[in-house]
Amino acid sequence: MRVNFTVNGRQQEADDVWEGESLLYVLRERMGLPGSKNACEQGECGSCTVRLDGVPVCSCLVAAGQVEGREVTTVEGLADYAKHRESAHPGGGCASGACGTSLQDAQQWKAKGQDSQTGEGTELSPIQQAFIDAGAVQCGFCTPGLLVAADELLERNDTPSDADIREALSGNLCRCTGYEKILDAVRLAAARQGEVV
Amino acid sequence: MAGTTTGIPANVTQGSQTKGGVGESMLRPDGTLKVTGEFAYSSDMWHEEMLWGQILRSTVAHAEIVSIDISEAVALSGVYAVLTADDLPAAKNYGMEYQDTPVLAYGKVRHHGEPVALVAADHPETARRAAAKIKVEYKELPVITDEASATAPDAVLVHEDRGDHHAGHVPHPNIVHRQPIIRGNADEAAKKADVIVKGEYTFGMQDQAFLGPESGLAVPSEDGGVDLYVATQWLHSDLKQIAPCLGLPEEKVRMTMAGIGGAFGGREDISMQILASVLALRTGKPVKMVYNRYESFFGHVHRHPAKLYYEHGATKDGKITHMKCKIVLDGGAYMSSTPSVVGNASSLSVGPYVIDDVEIEAIGLYTNNPPCGAMRGFGAVQACFAYEAQMDKVAAKLGMDPVAFRQKNAMEQGTIMPTGQPVDSPAPVAELLRRVKARPLPPVRQWESSEGADVRALPGGLSNTTHGEGVVRGVGYAVGIKNVGFSEGFDDYSTAKIRVEVINGEAVATVHTAAAEVGQGGVTIHAQIARTELGVQQVTIAPADTQVGSAGSTSAGRQTYMTGGAIKNSCEIVREKVLEIGRRKFGSYHPAWANAELLLEGGKVVTDGGEVLTTLVEVLEDEAVEVEEEFRHRPTEAFDLRTGQGNGHVQYAFAAHRAVVEVDTELGLVKVIELACAQDVGKAVNPLSVIGQIQGGTTQGLGVAVMEEIIVDPKTAKVRNPSFTDYLLPTILDTPTIPVDYLELADPHAPYGVRGIGEAPTLSSTPAVLAAIRNATGLELNKTPVRPEHLTGT
Repeated sequence: MRVNFTVNGRQQEADDVWEGESLLYVLRERMGLPGSKNACEQGECGSCTVRLDGVPVCSCLVAAGQVEGREVTTVEGLADYAKHRESAHPGGGCASGACGTSLQDAQQWKAKGQDSQTGEGTELSPIQQAFIDAGAVQCGFCTPGLLVAADELLERNDTPSDADIREALSGNLCRCTGYEKILDAVRLAAARQGEVV
Repeated sequence: MAGTTTGIPANVTQGSQTKGGVGESMLRPDGTLKVTGEFAYSSDMWHEEMLWGQILRSTVAHAEIVSIDISEAVALSGVYAVLTADDLPAAKNYGMEYQDTPVLAYGKVRHHGEPVALVAADHPETARRAAAKIKVEYKELPVITDEASATAPDAVLVHEDRGDHHAGHVPHPNIVHRQPIIRGNADEAAKKADVIVKGEYTFGMQDQAFLGPESGLAVPSEDGGVDLYVATQWLHSDLKQIAPCLGLPEEKVRMTMAGIGGAFGGREDISMQILASVLALRTGKPVKMVYNRYESFFGHVHRHPAKLYYEHGATKDGKITHMKCKIVLDGGAYMSSTPSVVGNASSLSVGPYVIDDVEIEAIGLYTNNPPCGAMRGFGAVQACFAYEAQMDKVAAKLGMDPVAFRQKNAMEQGTIMPTGQPVDSPAPVAELLRRVKARPLPPVRQWESSEGADVRALPGGLSNTTHGEGVVRGVGYAVGIKNVGFSEGFDDYSTAKIRVEVINGEAVATVHTAAAEVGQGGVTIHAQIARTELGVQQVTIAPADTQVGSAGSTSAGRQTYMTGGAIKNSCEIVREKVLEIGRRKFGSYHPAWANAELLLEGGKVVTDGGEVLTTLVEVLEDEAVEVEEEFRHRPTEAFDLRTGQGNGHVQYAFAAHRAVVEVDTELGLVKVIELACAQDVGKAVNPLSVIGQIQGGTTQGLGVAVMEEIIVDPKTAKVRNPSFTDYLLPTILDTPTIPVDYLELADPHAPYGVRGIGEAPTLSSTPAVLAAIRNATGLELNKTPVRPEHLTGT
């Protein structure tokens, strides 16, 4: 079947999709967007978290056909999404298609960094920068899902308590960090967000 | 300023350091790629024409394979190959220490989930459907699941024809390895004891549960070889095992490290490497394999579950008189690293204490349970759980404070290990305990905050199961000792290739090693070491591959010590070569080139007095200096097979924990409130990642204390919970705040004084949590994980 949906602000079309294919598979293997990770494919670890019409979901549990006509934001589009948050309607990301990536760019996605080896110089959203600065990234496999979930938390609650952060991120497993530095990162992003306002 | 009599301008540098060197908190060089989704993990590999590989796994634990019918699978459209053991090109077995593991089962299957057949197809779902159409007929055999069934005189042998070098030393062919340690006379010393305490402990089977699944891409090459992109802890160990199974010389198997999503020991053994390569060679097409989580639970070895029997004696004044123990480790169906785990468990079974008279025996079993091997803490974890429970029991019987009792018996520098080896670097055991104890306790009844009750802070959390009625608090302590690096005479080394050259007008160093970056932060410190040694700002970390010598494994807390040492070594030689070039070019201009101690700092050649002679750019111009050197730690020796005596270990690491828990005694729910750690790290090369390692290790210990366990049916040896739904991992809600206090008491034998960090915190956090739950409830609790039914007696 053919599925039409918006990914990171751009209209996309996926052909020859099997009935059983998940959104995660379509993103990773058909759209060339491997940022959403495949750790359990059972909705338990949150590594594949994306936003579907603004709502965080495990993309492994979403059948590709369910996203017909809807809007998906992945970690690859997070910086852009955060940048256009003000102008976008809630959950809309960049619906006009003025931002985001072209089909070709999406299929061969690369961060717009100055350093091809480290990606340094890439424009990052505040939560992405905070994860780096706080040391919340180790192996990094859980990071994309955590970033999407944390970004959504900060969007609706700009001064989360520790209990709020723990609640919001409780669907995302991390095996490396012990979560302390992830908490630090979210606190840091919230504090920086507060300073800007 | 010393006289400047030449035409070379000289300055005195302000300070001396190159930024980003050893000892600074540095951010990861791969951080940006990882937060943008661009970092290529092994499961992200992609090739235009690739096929997908799929394994059919055994549905029974122990059986003869009567027949395999692949006809329906082959007939499926989109299927390119269906293979069984008969189709393998060369060696049928592999293994790290001994080659007893079949690439695909032949004749017999020995555990649930063992690979039996292999499919390549153009879509992963086609491959799965094809695998499901393969018909295997099994004739089931009785299963060996524990010590009694393994060592019965008429027990079925898991391996009928053992040929490994331990085979002649073990009392039964179903025992993989046995390591006794006898020192002093435990029976005689026991007569001096005023109290004797015995205990029996059970440690459950833990899984590494790294998030990035076993995966990779094998690409057939024109010369008949294969290019393999995988996530592994040790490229060269893989290579040695893969090449014979493909029937290829090692140079035709080119391995490149793909991004690694965690490891914790679970990637030491081969997983999909050989299988994907066999499919690629057979089909002539690139083959990608990605285990799903169910397969991942079958596709790597686990932490050995253990039974531990301990006896300690002590005098009234709190001195331990003797210790006897027997440790039984279940190694499962194949050897993996079980012999080394046995060696560790026995040699570290006394813990960080001075006990002169000991009688120790550790054995590892062959059973039909899932194979077990390396996991963070490697044999020391199980022992620590038991000896720390014993410490509390003895202290209670003596009416002593458990921390004071431990401190009274704590080892220190100079203590002789039960193996006869002296501890010849700092061992601040008493101090680490003092530090965790001195820390203020978190406030009680935190759920009753000033803003009103917050049920999220209670055991059970949002489930709203209590408002604090049956909730009690407990505090517990534990401390542990872990060896660092590979022991027992293993020729352990690492290699680093360092190159310096001028690129775009700037001196740049390139560090090329085969070391695995599993998330621990090796890539960060490799650059820090190169900056410190070469005084260059720009350091490039080349991708890890087999084009450079072995770096050894990223395990056993050894990689900063070993590959860090290799980088330091190589850089020192590079520095000499750079200075030689400088002497040749500029030696006649300034006497310091011949007379002074010269350093490389901030991109300049500097005298030890701080005088700048020239810049690296001027020295090098268009020359490049490249050096590939190995680093070895001091040699160790095997433990005597009867007495356990021998200088078997390189270095020790120590960590202590204090756990504070709250338990809902009505429902048996535990909330860990705080898990404070104090650890000696020798030298914190990157303090930021030191803390990350300690917090991560602590959390894995917490997991095994209260929730993590692979449950194997004792009647059928089938795994009951191979998924993240049923194998529970600590979430951010289950994990408390983890304050870390680290000491830097340099080990004089190690580069920069470093001490392995990653493993020790995994040891003591489990017994600390158990001690705290016992303290809260008064229950004995001799098993991990503690489950609600253990707390409520239901």
